Amino acid sequence: MSPFPSDPGVPEPLNGPVHETPDGVSRRRLLGVSGSAAVAGLVAGGVGTYAVTRGGEDASSGAAAAPAAPALALDAAIPFRGVHQAGIVTPAQDRLHFVALDVVTKDAAQLRELLKAWTRAAERMTAGAEAAPGGLVGGGPNRAPEDTGEAYGLPASGLTITIGYGPSLFDGRFGLASKKPDALRELPAFFGDQLDPKRSGGDLCIQACANDPQVAVHAVRNLVRLGFGVVAVRWSQLGFGRTSSTSTAQATPRNMFGFKDGTNNLKAEEPEGLAQHVWVAPDDEKGDSAWMAGGSYLVARRIRMHIEVWDRTPLQEQEDIIGRDKKEGAPLGGAKEFDPLDFTKKGPDGEPAIPVNAHVKLAHESQLGGVRILRRGYNFTDGSDGVGHLDAGLFFLAYMRDPEKQFVPMQRALAKADVLNEYIEHNGSAVFACPPGLADGEHWGQALFA
Amino acid sequence: MSRPVLRVATPLALTLVAGLGLAACTDKADPTGSSTAAGGPITVTATDTTCQLSATTAKAGTVTFQVTNAGSKVNEFYLYAEGDRIVSEVENITPGLKRELKVEITEPGTFSTACKPGMVGDGIRGTFTVTGTAVAGSADQKVAKAIADYKAFVASETDELVEGTEAFVAAVKAGDVAKAKSLYAQARHPWEAIEPVAESFGDLDPRIDGREDVVEEGMKFTGYHRLEKDLWVTGLKKDSNAIADQLLADVKEIAAKSKTVEPTALTIANGAKALLDEVATGKITGEEERYSHTDLWDFDGNLEGSRQALAVLRPVISAKAPELQKALDARFKELSGLLGSHKTGADYKSYTALSDADIKALTVALDALSEQVSKVPGVVEAK
Repeated sequence: MSPFPSDPGVPEPLNGPVHETPDGVSRRRLLGVSGSAAVAGLVAGGVGTYAVTRGGEDASSGAAAAPAAPALALDAAIPFRGVHQAGIVTPAQDRLHFVALDVVTKDAAQLRELLKAWTRAAERMTAGAEAAPGGLVGGGPNRAPEDTGEAYGLPASGLTITIGYGPSLFDGRFGLASKKPDALRELPAFFGDQLDPKRSGGDLCIQACANDPQVAVHAVRNLVRLGFGVVAVRWSQLGFGRTSSTSTAQATPRNMFGFKDGTNNLKAEEPEGLAQHVWVAPDDEKGDSAWMAGGSYLVARRIRMHIEVWDRTPLQEQEDIIGRDKKEGAPLGGAKEFDPLDFTKKGPDGEPAIPVNAHVKLAHESQLGGVRILRRGYNFTDGSDGVGHLDAGLFFLAYMRDPEKQFVPMQRALAKADVLNEYIEHNGSAVFACPPGLADGEHWGQALFA
Repeated sequence: MSRPVLRVATPLALTLVAGLGLAACTDKADPTGSSTAAGGPITVTATDTTCQLSATTAKAGTVTFQVTNAGSKVNEFYLYAEGDRIVSEVENITPGLKRELKVEITEPGTFSTACKPGMVGDGIRGTFTVTGTAVAGSADQKVAKAIADYKAFVASETDELVEGTEAFVAAVKAGDVAKAKSLYAQARHPWEAIEPVAESFGDLDPRIDGREDVVEEGMKFTGYHRLEKDLWVTGLKKDSNAIADQLLADVKEIAAKSKTVEPTALTIANGAKALLDEVATGKITGEEERYSHTDLWDFDGNLEGSRQALAVLRPVISAKAPELQKALDARFKELSGLLGSHKTGADYKSYTALSDADIKALTVALDALSEQVSKVPGVVEAK
């Protein structure tokens, strides 16, 4: 018996053994159906689809379901399977629940089984279904329900579940030492790091993004539950608002400093850029680590912002530190948000319009030998710090082809010279290898343990 | 203090006999449905909008459904008993795929079928009627034996509880604080092992085991924990002897009552789970024994009680869910081993001697065990 009045599944008088879907289909039902059609479509054509076309598919799937009503796309289901994992170039959803886990069993077989069970539950949940068939009440009165229930009746909400493997997973406990991708290395220490071991590292990670926070939390909660005895949560992070656009269809959001963030981000609509900077190419990893081709490395950094101090900073100083104007987001010396950054242009005082140590300059590809990353971070506020300040900031997430060549030089440059460092503190850090997407019938861990 | 498992549980007879034969279903029987002999395969053609069965009635026994997904979405097929309880299901039927589902239906009644294109919602429902006579279920000798074994365990624990508490109370009344402290944790140990049984007797539980902050309004702070506070914090008081006398009287009363409890397989299984919940919410947090910090003794008692409860159910679980039994054995071993590592000689460490990492490791192992134990009630109730 569904507690939701709009649910059309209530038994009705029926004529004969052929049962049509009842009329008055709810909005939720419509969305679920359209989302599943997308799943089936991708399953059918996914295996041979080349990376370059995937971004376009992602960007268009919501629109295809409801071209006239963009709000519906927020509810839609994102295909779980494909050449690459969903949740990377998928247009960044509004909410995040991220969890890093340690494997607590010594038995590799248990880990393999869990990855398989996670695949099943994740695929179901991203389609808007319960984590297990009949998970809400189907087990009868004497069993603990297999699904925790808080997302029942909610649409798929663009949920994506992305898995990653940390360097420590390959330490030999599970016979995976030879499978470790060469590019998967612990990050070096950066100047000014204040890392808390309880917010850093992890054998595995799960990034759950959705347009409804309850849907994202439900996904993590149910996967964690399936993992008891095999994995244990090491740390987790909620994000309440995206700070980057990963598609040109999205408006650029603002971070907790009040500035537009991610204007110049890599986007789903730039297949060459993604191939060059985000996806691990077949030649990048050979031999036992070839499973990583089509995957991407994820760098996670918890960046606490001293927002109270920032808020007392004059506007001009804020804009000089960032290198963009606050209202429009245009580069200093420019007029519009997407104007190219011109580091040679002089301001009225004869100095460069974008100061030499401005954040946008230090992080710009032109200063870093052309490297770029795909940022997918989230604003967070984890209550307060006990002395009256908000524990707020940016949970920085970025996907890339090789952290050593991309994130490391970028962060070194920022750590050394960014004036923003006076207002921020990196207190959590982790790196993960996110494997490629799954074809029909495949499950997480299959290629890794093959 | 814990959840009153015994009071809410379903009586054994109902649980085991009713099984799938739930007679009163609100669905109207399908008037045009054709019938099939028991065991004859019923074809189900599922599309994105329809769910067509070749027959909507069957005779009790083994019923076979051959499900074909003729649509474009991933589909599922369910057979439900009353209240949307799943009798059986087959999931992940990709377009074009054909899957077979064999279901043992032991009793006649009205069921419902559902195809779920896209896996979401209540699905496309239909009524399914099972006719004929009930297939005789074998009387479950294993369950009867389990109940007898559990009663014997409770009886032996309650005897120990009375003995241990007599010695403890005698030491308190003799003013021998050191001896009373040395006897305290072990006197309580059997209590912790049978807590779900003992807790079913109204006021007796809070009188015996109430904590200072959870004693209900109007009630006095009495029992083990009041004496714990006297012994470890305030020193014995004028009324300590009276408290000790009352404790012994209450313990004797609860011991006698506990022996009269008629458990069922389900209440035993739920009790095993409730004991681990106790550990999770009271012991692993150091809340229960806040003055003496002997929480690991209580932890041991709860764990032992849970282990014993599942030990008597072992023949039932092994027969119905051998994989679950294997997992239970492995998880109990892990947690017992970890807990045992905090013993020095015959005594447990003080809770305050545990590091954060120790507590996390115990919590991780407890979660792992509890998740498996939570599956036991569903196994023992199933026919």
